[in-house]
Amino acid sequence: MKDHAHYATLREIILPYLPEDIDPSGIGPESLLIEELNINSAHLVDIVLDVEDRFDIRLEDTDMQQMHSVSDALRIIDTKLGNT
Amino acid sequence: MENVLQNILDQLPYRKPFLFVDNLISVGPEGAEGYYTFPPDSWFYQGHFPQYPVTPGVLLTECCAQIGVVCLGIYLAAQSAVTAAPGAPAFALSDSDMDFLRPVLPGERVRVVSRKEYFRFGKLRCRVQLFNEANELACKGQISGMIQKGNP
Repeated sequence: MKDHAHYATLREIILPYLPEDIDPSGIGPESLLIEELNINSAHLVDIVLDVEDRFDIRLEDTDMQQMHSVSDALRIIDTKLGNT
Repeated sequence: MENVLQNILDQLPYRKPFLFVDNLISVGPEGAEGYYTFPPDSWFYQGHFPQYPVTPGVLLTECCAQIGVVCLGIYLAAQSAVTAAPGAPAFALSDSDMDFLRPVLPGERVRVVSRKEYFRFGKLRCRVQLFNEANELACKGQISGMIQKGNP
């Protein structure tokens, strides 16, 4: 997953929203966005909107509900881009 | 429209002394506008400041949030299939970035104008402006709120 084409881009999108007490080196593909990275629900929306802009895709509420981990987000991006 | 506006006011969760909306002029898909008069005998003027009473910026922000984000949010939530739920929706402030340009004095009636930037995944972000009684821009900024699902 770390070799995933969009992993580095997604990581870059997530970084600014990490709380200060979370070590960025701890982010991995299996990291849970809310439970482990302490990203709050408002910032999760910001991340989704940034992902939409960066990849020129549109996510729906159902996608948001399935987006628990970094790799979930990568899978959703792939699906939207039609790369699966 | 009257009924729509009154219905929104009725759903506001705030009560005195923390209700900062007197009436609404308009609420629609793109924004909201309303008035509030800061009562000259409000408790906070005693300490902010004893020799020079002026409305605290944090309360101007709250006034902008109640009129511009929460009143608009109640309207938008009711229009959306995803967020429409029985009972009044509650919004929690998630971020604010304000500039304060002019003091608002005790007893001044202010007008808040908000424009929706987006309402997606339960997050409402607005540009807000607050005009003083002389219709000069007293503060402006950006405020976001998150809808709290499942609240009574």
